[in-house]
Amino acid sequence: MSAIATALPETSRPWFLPDRGRVSMACLIIAESAIFTIFVVAYLYYAGKSLSGPAARDVLEAPVFYSICLLTSSLTIHLAGRFLARGQHVAFLTSWVLTVVLGGLFLFGTGQEWRHLIYQRGFTISTNLAGTTYYSLVGLHAFHLTVGLVLLLIVLIFALSGHVGRDHAARVEVLSMYWHFVDAVWVVVFTVVYVIGR
Amino acid sequence: MAADVMAFPGVQVESRPWVEILHEWVTTVDHKRIGILYIAYALVFLVIGGIEATIMRIQLLHSHNHFVSPQVFNRMFTMHGTTMIFYVAMPVLFGFANYLVPLMIGARDMAFPRLNAFSFWLMAFSGLLLYFSFVGGSGLYGAGNAPDVGWWAYAPLTAKAFSPGHSSDYWTIAVLVGGFGSIGTAINLIATILCMRCPGMHLGRMPLLAWLTVVMSGMVLITLTPLAAAQLMLLVDRYLGGHFFDTQAGGSAALWMHFFWIFGHPEVYILILPCFGFISEIVPVFSRKPIFGYPVMVGASVFIGFVSMSVWAHHMFTIGMSSYANSFFVITSMAVGIPTGIKIFNWLGTMWGGRILFRTPMLFSIAFLFQFLIAGLTGIMLAAAPFDWQLSNSYFVVAHFHYVIVGGIIFALFAAFYYWYPKMTGRMLSETLGKWHFWLFVIGFHATFDTMHIPGVLGMPRRIYTYEPGRGWDTMNLIVSIGAFIQGIAILIFVYNLIASYWKGALAGNDPWDAWTLEWATSSPPPAYNFASLPVIASRRPLWDLKHPEDPDSRYD
Repeated sequence: MSAIATALPETSRPWFLPDRGRVSMACLIIAESAIFTIFVVAYLYYAGKSLSGPAARDVLEAPVFYSICLLTSSLTIHLAGRFLARGQHVAFLTSWVLTVVLGGLFLFGTGQEWRHLIYQRGFTISTNLAGTTYYSLVGLHAFHLTVGLVLLLIVLIFALSGHVGRDHAARVEVLSMYWHFVDAVWVVVFTVVYVIGR
Repeated sequence: MAADVMAFPGVQVESRPWVEILHEWVTTVDHKRIGILYIAYALVFLVIGGIEATIMRIQLLHSHNHFVSPQVFNRMFTMHGTTMIFYVAMPVLFGFANYLVPLMIGARDMAFPRLNAFSFWLMAFSGLLLYFSFVGGSGLYGAGNAPDVGWWAYAPLTAKAFSPGHSSDYWTIAVLVGGFGSIGTAINLIATILCMRCPGMHLGRMPLLAWLTVVMSGMVLITLTPLAAAQLMLLVDRYLGGHFFDTQAGGSAALWMHFFWIFGHPEVYILILPCFGFISEIVPVFSRKPIFGYPVMVGASVFIGFVSMSVWAHHMFTIGMSSYANSFFVITSMAVGIPTGIKIFNWLGTMWGGRILFRTPMLFSIAFLFQFLIAGLTGIMLAAAPFDWQLSNSYFVVAHFHYVIVGGIIFALFAAFYYWYPKMTGRMLSETLGKWHFWLFVIGFHATFDTMHIPGVLGMPRRIYTYEPGRGWDTMNLIVSIGAFIQGIAILIFVYNLIASYWKGALAGNDPWDAWTLEWATSSPPPAYNFASLPVIASRRPLWDLKHPEDPDSRYD
C-alpha cells in the first residue's frame, strides 16, 4: 500500500488544531439552539391566542428558588472542572455532587410545578394553546436537563470508582459546556414563559 | 471490498464465508465503508423513488387514465418526494462526503467513527420505517397506508381528523429519526474538517469539496433542527392532543409552513453545495488548470449558506403575507443569484483556455453548468412575487425544482460517480457505457423537464392525478412521460455499468485522472488506514507539487 511522500516539507511550524470534543459540542449546541428557537417562536407567537381558558398568567407562578438552584449549578460545575484540572480530587467530587443535587432539585421543582398545574388547576398539554406551548417548551428543557443529569451521574459513578483523573479534565469540560448551555436556555425559557408570556 | 487481498500468481486466496463479510460491513466504523454503505443505500432508494415517479408518469400519460387510483397517486407523490430528498439525495451526498473528506484532508478516519456508524444506521432504519408504512400504516383504523399528505405535510391535513390511522406518524417519525442521523453526521464532518487536517493543510489550502462540506454541515445544524422541532410539535398534536397546528383551537397552519420552509428551502442548498464541491474538483482536473478564483469560491459558498437561510417564505407568496414580507423575501431570493453567478463564472473561467478532456465526468459537469444556469433563471422568475402568484403550485414549479435537483444535483452526482468510482473500487467505469448513459440521460432529461414548463404555464396544477382532454396538456404530458422512460433506461445502463465494471473494468491505478488532491495519492481502493504516514502538504495541489518538483505550487502559495 502506497503512501504519499512528504512533498516539500516546509519549515516545521507547530501545527495546532482545535479540540474535536469542544468543536463537536459547540456544533451540538448550535443545533439545539435552533430547536429551542423554534419552540420559543411558537410560544411567543401563540401567547395570548388561546381560544379558551385558563390563560398562562392565571396559572403560572415563577419558580424562582429552583431557578436559582439551576443557575448555581453552572457555578459549581465550573469550579468542579477547575478542581479536576488542578488535581484536587475531593474538592472536585464535592462540587460535582453539589451540581447533581442542584440539577436534581430543579427537576424536582419542575415536577412539583407540573403536579400542581395538572391536579390542582386542571391545566394540561391539551387544555388550550397556552398549555400546549408551555408544556412543550418547559418539557423540552426538562428533557435536556434530564439527559445532562444522566451524563453527570455517569461521570460521578466513574469518579467514585476512581476512574476520573486530571487526564479527563478536557472531557469533563465538554460535558460542562453542555450543562452551561442547558442553564443558559433556562434563562431564555424563564424570561419567555414567566416574564414576557405573562 | 477485496482490497486488502493481494493477488499473488499461483497462490489461491481462500474466500471467506459471506456471514463474516456481512458482519464486517454491518459493524464497520471505517469512513470509507460507511460512505459506500450510504451510497449503496441511496442507490436502492433511487430505484424505488424512480419507480414511484414512473407510476405517476404512466398515470399522467394521457387524460382520464386509470392506471392508479387517486389515493395511490397521492401516496406516490408523497413517497417520491420524501424518498428522493431524505433517502436518496441526503445519504448519497453524506456518503461521498464520508468517503472523500478524510482522504482529501489527509486524515485516517472521521473525528468520531462510531458516531458515524450510528448516524448511518439511524438514517437506514428511518428509511425502512417510512416504507414499513405500506404494511403497517393502516393501524387500528384501517385507513390509508403509506403517507399521502405531500412531502410538505401541510397542516391541518396532518391533524388526526384529516389523517387518521398511522400513515402520517410513519412519515413524521421517519423524517425525525433520519434528521437526527443527519445532524450526527454533520457534527462529525465539521469536527473532522476543523480538527483532523494533516499538517500544512490550513483552511486556505483545503480542497473546495471540504470547504463546501463544512458549509453544508453548518447549514444542516441550523436548518434540519427546525424541521425536527416542527415534527416534535406535530407529534404532540397527534399523540398528546396538543393544538400547535389545530386551527379549531387557535393554532396556525401558516406557522407549520414557516417552520417547514425554514428547513425546506435551505435543504436545497444543503444538497447543491456538495455538488458545487464535486464540480469544483472535477472541472479543474479535466481542464488541466487550477480552479479559477479559489478565495472567491470559498466566499461565495459561505455567502450562499447565509443568504439561503433568509429566503424561505418565497415558497409562501400565495398565502397572503404583508407587502413588506413579500418584498423582503423577493430581494433575498434574488440575492442568492449573485454568489451562484460568481461560481458559474469561476467554473467557466477555469475551463477558459484550458485543455479540456471530454471524459464522462467532464461531460456531466458541463451539462450541470448549463442546466443549473437555466434552473437558476426560472428560480429568479419564481422569486418575483407577482409571477409566483400566477404560477405557484403549477407544473412550472415542478419543472423548476426538478431542473435544480435532476439537472443540477443528479448530474453533478453522476459526474462524481464516474470520477471517484476508480478510487473506490480500483476499476474504471466503462467510458462507452458512460457516453450512452450521458446522452440518453441528457435527451430524456430535456424531453421531460423542458417540456414540463409549458403545461405549467398553461395552468396545469401539480399533484393532480388526471386531467380533462383538450386543454393543450395532452401532448406535453405524453412527451414528459416518454422523457421519463428514456431517463429510466439511462439509469439502468448506469446501474449495469456500476455492477459490470466492478469485475470487468480496466484497472485504475492510484491516479487515473492525473489529479492533484490527496485522495489520489493512496492506493485504489485505499487501505483501511488511508495513509501509511500522514502527509504533509505545502499548497492546494499537493500532488502537483509531487509530480512537478521543478515548478511547485507551493512556490506561489
